[in-house]
Amino acid sequence: MTSGAAIGRALRPWAFPLVLLGLYEVYARRAAALGSDALAPPSAALKAFVGAALDGSLWEATAFTLGTAALGLLAGAGLGLLLGIALGLSPRAARMGFLSIEVFRPVPSVALIPLAMLMFGFGLRMELAIVAFATFWPMLVLVQAAVRQVEPRLLEVSRMLGLSARERAFKIVLPAIVPRLFVALRLGVAVALVVAVTVEIAANPHGMGYAMMIAQQSFDPALMLAWLGWIGVVGYAVNAAMQRLQGWMARRMGAAA
Amino acid sequence: MKAQGAAGWFGSLAVFAALVALWWAASNAGWVSRVFLPTPQATLASLAEGLNLRDGQGNGELLGFTQATVGRMLQGWLLASLAGVLLGAAIGVSPAVRAWVQPTLEFIRPLPASALLPLAISIFGLSAGMVLFVVAFGAMWPVLLATVHGFAAVEPRLAEVARCLQMPRAAFVWKVGLPSAMPDILAGMRLSMTISLIVAVVGEMIASQSGLGQAILLAARAFRASELFAGIVLLGLIGFASNALLAVAEKKLLRWQQP
Repeated sequence: MTSGAAIGRALRPWAFPLVLLGLYEVYARRAAALGSDALAPPSAALKAFVGAALDGSLWEATAFTLGTAALGLLAGAGLGLLLGIALGLSPRAARMGFLSIEVFRPVPSVALIPLAMLMFGFGLRMELAIVAFATFWPMLVLVQAAVRQVEPRLLEVSRMLGLSARERAFKIVLPAIVPRLFVALRLGVAVALVVAVTVEIAANPHGMGYAMMIAQQSFDPALMLAWLGWIGVVGYAVNAAMQRLQGWMARRMGAAA
Repeated sequence: MKAQGAAGWFGSLAVFAALVALWWAASNAGWVSRVFLPTPQATLASLAEGLNLRDGQGNGELLGFTQATVGRMLQGWLLASLAGVLLGAAIGVSPAVRAWVQPTLEFIRPLPASALLPLAISIFGLSAGMVLFVVAFGAMWPVLLATVHGFAAVEPRLAEVARCLQMPRAAFVWKVGLPSAMPDILAGMRLSMTISLIVAVVGEMIASQSGLGQAILLAARAFRASELFAGIVLLGLIGFASNALLAVAEKKLLRWQQP
């Protein structure tokens, strides 16, 4: 009885999506029987997915999107981290930069797609630039807030010891903000992935977003649905991994402190 | 951010002016090709012409595009907020439903809203309604999840009191659940406004619906950098204004919470 209840609990998260998928399967099959070529049942999508996985196109596009998102995040988050530490340590600099940051931050990253197209053409660099822009701002704001909350006594100690600004940043501030840094990084990863796929759907002819767009345009709804599901799985896996990493880091730093 | 004195404002204005001056110098002296970086004067001229500021001389195109984009964004956002709060309250009020449905919601959350565009195109075709649907659907998730979270975090003692008073479920939602979930809902609505703008712009780019998204894409394809920059400036202004308005509204609506 108890084991039955446990199995029931373990299966519960799957029941709702399976019912939805089942309904969609029936609906799409009926639509296909009536001659629609816009919808495909999930079973056909699964077949298309296996096909794409076997011929390698799946992995190539996935690697492009993930790689670009990671590189863009590295650039954007790195710059955001540096500027955030600087602005967090110096209230005066923060006041000076306030207006400029508030003016540039709300520019939607997708508005820069045409500009990046003009500057870099299609390819890796344009996507990198947009991902970096999109991840720079949340990182800057969160790091700045984190640095402001560093225990003031630590900063006093560093002043007493006569540490230089660089030593202070790397030996005192950076270790102190690590747990919050990982929270910011988790957000950055989510943003980077979403923006990368968006850029591919809107313009850049590479990666998962483009593969999905081209499947739709060539009337291959099964393949398009397969890509949609795969993008969802990849996004979920990356976010779950970041969440675990952040939790692990918080526990480690908490135990050490 | 904190309120600042006059000196602070002066300093930050000076930095901003310096950045604009740098732009002016870089574009006028030709350090950066004007194909990418128009001069500030040219951008302002494009803005004035497009917004019909110089009476009678402009074509007023940008004004119409801005209205179209803002309209799309607001409609999508309102629909998303309404649907998000309703569905979120329905899911959040019952722990049983939550246990069944929440894992699926968590799975869909990281999915980029724009990834739904191809699916929506194949179902609805390239129409304004399709873009609106994707904007609303994509922007619904932050509100929905925030509402579910807000309902799940209702102070247990309040729930017990409601049970003791034999409050009907609808009254519980209206009198206890929604007020205590309000901060979460408003935060979700702010996020969903940002998403609405982004998805509206992407939708206009892909589905060729008239609006700023399409305008800047066409300007870039025709190498008209000053019009492109004018569009980016307008989109930045829309983002800035909507965010600022929501921040003010949030402060007003949540005033009762402050001690």
